Amino acid sequence: MLVLLGVLVVVVGFALRLNAMLVVTVAGLVTGFLGGLSLREILDAFGTGFAGSRSIAVFLLVLPVIGLVERNGLQEQSRRLIGRLARLTTGRVLAAYLLVRQVTAAVGLLSIGGHAQSVRPLVAPMAEAAAVKRHGPLPEAVSRRIRAFAASTDNVGAFFGEDIFVAVGAVLLITSFVDTTYHLTLRPLDVALWAVPTAVVALLIHGARSLHVDRVVAREVRAAGPPVRADDGAVER
Amino acid sequence: MIRVEWFYWLIGLFFLAVAASVVRDRTNPHRTASALFWALLGLSFPYSSFVVAGTAPGWPLGLLVIVIAVIAGTGRLGQGSGAGTTTPAERTRLAERFGGKVFVPVLAIPVVTALFATLGPKISIGGRPLLQPLSETVIGLGVSAVVALVLAMWMLRSRSLGVALTEGRRLTENIGWASVLPQLLAMLGLVFATAGVGKAIGRSASAVLPGGVLLPAVLVYCVGMAVFTVIMGNAFAAFPVLTAAVGYPLLVQGFGGNAPAVFAIGMLSGYCGTLCTPMAANYNIVPVALLDLRSDYAVIRAQLPTAVPLLAANVVLMYALAF
Repeated sequence: MLVLLGVLVVVVGFALRLNAMLVVTVAGLVTGFLGGLSLREILDAFGTGFAGSRSIAVFLLVLPVIGLVERNGLQEQSRRLIGRLARLTTGRVLAAYLLVRQVTAAVGLLSIGGHAQSVRPLVAPMAEAAAVKRHGPLPEAVSRRIRAFAASTDNVGAFFGEDIFVAVGAVLLITSFVDTTYHLTLRPLDVALWAVPTAVVALLIHGARSLHVDRVVAREVRAAGPPVRADDGAVER
Repeated sequence: MIRVEWFYWLIGLFFLAVAASVVRDRTNPHRTASALFWALLGLSFPYSSFVVAGTAPGWPLGLLVIVIAVIAGTGRLGQGSGAGTTTPAERTRLAERFGGKVFVPVLAIPVVTALFATLGPKISIGGRPLLQPLSETVIGLGVSAVVALVLAMWMLRSRSLGVALTEGRRLTENIGWASVLPQLLAMLGLVFATAGVGKAIGRSASAVLPGGVLLPAVLVYCVGMAVFTVIMGNAFAAFPVLTAAVGYPLLVQGFGGNAPAVFAIGMLSGYCGTLCTPMAANYNIVPVALLDLRSDYAVIRAQLPTAVPLLAANVVLMYALAF
C-alpha cells in the first residue's frame, strides 16, 4: 500500500499548484522507489513511457499552418462570417459543434476535431463573434468563459462519441482485456451499442448547457456594465 | 510504406527549429535554458524511435525528461517577444483581402485526416500496405498538417517557410511545457502500473464494499472508475483495475449483470473522471494554453456541471439496464 504515497504526491502537488512537470517527475521517482524499482529501472520506465506516447504530440504539427492562417486574418474572417448569419448565437454555435463532434467521433473520425485544429481557429472565435454581434465588445472574463466552454464541447463530444465506434481504442480495450482475462467472447458491437444511452444523455446535458451559455453571457455582460475598451472586442493572443 | 516515425522525426525537427530561433531571441530572459529545453525535446523524438524499436536503452531518455522537467519546474522556460505577428488592424485588412480563402487550409486538415483514416488502411502497393498499420490516423493528421501548410502558403502568397515557422514557434512557446506534459503523464502511468499502484487501489475498492447488495456495488464500480481516472488521468488505466476488483467478480459473476453493458457504462463512468482532472493534460490543460484562459482549471470548471450529473446518469443506466 506504500506505493499509494506516489498518488498522494500528485494530489498534494496539484492542490498546491506547484509546477505540474515537477510534480509528475517527483511522483514518478517516489512511486518507483517505494515500489522497489532501482533508479535504472525507473529511468527506463520514464524513457519507455515517454517514447511510447509520442502520438499525443502530433497535434503540434498543425501549429505552423494555424499560426499562418491566423496571421492572415482567420479569426477576423470567422467573426465576419458569423456576423452575416443572423440566427447564430454563441449557444447554437457551441451546441452545433458538440453534435458534429459527437457524430463524427461515433463514425470513427475522432481525430478530425481537436483543440489545436478546430477549437482555436474556428469554434472559439465563432462562438465569441456571435456574442460580440449581440452585446458589443465583451469583458475579457466573458470571452474567456466562452472559449473555455468551446474547449469543453470538443472534449464531451469526443469522449461520448468515440465509444460508439466499434474499431476504436476504448471498445477494443474492453473486449481484449475481458476476453483474455475472463475467457469471455464479447462482440465489440454489443459493447459499442451499450455506449449509446450514455452518449444520448451526454448530448442532452451538455447541449442544454451549451444553449444556456447565451443567457449566462447576457447576464455577465449586463453585470459588467458598459464596455470600457474602445476597440472591436478582438482579443490579442 | 509511409511510417509514423517519419512524422515523429518531423516534430523533433520542428522543436529543433524552435530552439534555433529561441536561442537568438534576446528579449527572452532565459534564452539559453529555454533553447536547451526545446532542443532536448527535439532530440528526444528521434531517439525515442530507437527506444521503441528496442535498439537503444530507455534510461538516457528518462534522464533527459528529468532535465527538461527541472528547466520548466524552476521557471527557466521563458518566452520572448521575438516571434512577432500581425496587428489586429492588419489582420482585419488581410481578412478583407483574402475573404473565405483562409478557411480552406483549416478545413483541409479534417478532410485529409478523415480520408487517411477511412481509405488509408485499404490501400496497398505490391501487397504491402501504403500506411503503417494501426497508425493510419496519426499519419493522416501529420500529412494533413503538411498539406494544409502547403495550401496556405500557396493561397495566401506566403512564399517563405520562415514566416510559418515563426508563427508555429509563437504558438508553441505560448503552450510552453504543457506541450510535453501529456507525455510525462503517460510516463507516470507506466511507473504507477509497474509499481503496482493499480492493484493497491483495487484492493481498497473491494475492501470498502458491503456484500450482497446491488446498488452499492454499481456505485463503487462507476464512482471508482471516475475517481481512479481522476488520479491516473486515463480511463484505460482505471478499467482493468476496477473491473478485476468489482466489475467482473461482483457485478457480472455475483449479480449476473449483462457483461457488455456493465463494461461499456463502466468505461464511460471513467470518462466522466477524465473531464475533471488536470492529469488528462492533453484535454484539459493544453487548451488552457491554446485559448489563453489564464486559470489552469478553466476547462475543468466548464466541464464539472456536465461530468457530475452524467456520472449519476451512468449509475442509474447501469442499475436499470444491465441487471
